[in-house]
Amino acid sequence: MHEMSIAEGIVQLLEEQAVSQHFQRVKTLWLELGPLALVETEALRFCFEAVARHTLAEGARLEIVELPGEARCLDCNARVAVTTRYSACPGCGSYRLQLLRGDELRIKELEVE
Amino acid sequence: MCTVCGCGAGEGAPAAQHQAGLHEGDDPHRHSHAPGVSERRRVQVEQDILSKNDRFAAQNRARFEAQSLFVLNLVSSPGSGKTSLLTRTIERLGGRMPLAVIEGDQQTDNDAEKIRATGVPAVQINTGKGCHLDAHRVGHALEQLEPLPGGVLFIENVGNLVCPAAFDLGEAHKVVILSVTEGEDKPLKYPDMFHAADLMLLNKIDLLPYVDFDLQRCIEYARRINPEIQVVQLSARDGTGMDEWVHWLEAARSERIRQRIGALQAQARALQALLGEEAI
Repeated sequence: MHEMSIAEGIVQLLEEQAVSQHFQRVKTLWLELGPLALVETEALRFCFEAVARHTLAEGARLEIVELPGEARCLDCNARVAVTTRYSACPGCGSYRLQLLRGDELRIKELEVE
Repeated sequence: MCTVCGCGAGEGAPAAQHQAGLHEGDDPHRHSHAPGVSERRRVQVEQDILSKNDRFAAQNRARFEAQSLFVLNLVSSPGSGKTSLLTRTIERLGGRMPLAVIEGDQQTDNDAEKIRATGVPAVQINTGKGCHLDAHRVGHALEQLEPLPGGVLFIENVGNLVCPAAFDLGEAHKVVILSVTEGEDKPLKYPDMFHAADLMLLNKIDLLPYVDFDLQRCIEYARRINPEIQVVQLSARDGTGMDEWVHWLEAARSERIRQRIGALQAQARALQALLGEEAI
């Protein structure tokens, strides 16, 4: 539901970048998204397309780079892959997992002109 | 509008480009491309999308710190009893420290009215179509409140267990409220919120005899998501557990003040060292 705000945030960041990196249009943007980033990919695409209309990013291609989630088990100290906040450690079954990465929501790179 | 690249104030493209000198000089098209020729290039950005909200949140946090204001962001689904809990909490804290409330709802001033009836200042933010409060709107709401040195500010977020989890407002803690008339598996269904919160208040426990709510299982689910989450069981209606909640609040506020004292002392020592003086 908050994908609309996130899409607006993306366009604002692009407008700031346009000033600092001297470009006029965004043709493609690469977003890095972790599985725990609280973002529904399809909803974000829909919202971005709507928000980008009449801006420097109108019609820009949105490339989503999905990043892996990783956590450390506080009980057995293993590093494990996670896709949800309620994952259990596959080694020892503990739920005491500390997230190391997987909540990224970042603009990585742009193709501009 | 610039006919070459389509940019221009009021056309959606950043007006700041013009201030930044891209169009300076006599020739409005001195900037990077010639008419009809597009120069595509890649630029590295590496920027968090929520960084703008986080910047506003950092500004709010600095303002809170400067007046030693302890701020809690109360989050829950609609109907968990946030506003009643707040009015009862205010009754208990009233007179001991300055209090204020920022109310977030999509529409109506009803909740702010309820708070004002207790004598505490309240600012209502109507988010309209928005599903959460963001740090920018909270910053503007702060302008409508008198300074509250050493006080407590409650921010009652929009009733929604999803979106408010992602937006830092500058608070000291998120407090999630879950009532026993809801499902005990809400921590699993809405894990991000329970992960973001430091305290879970289980409200309406006076209704436990009438509902099928497994308290222990709920707490176990919440700790699966967030092993560090603290839990207080209470009923705003009959007062059970209210002492424990108020005690948590006062202890967390004291801890915050102590941290601030520590930081200021370290700053003072650094300044004394500049003068070549011994620390006091």
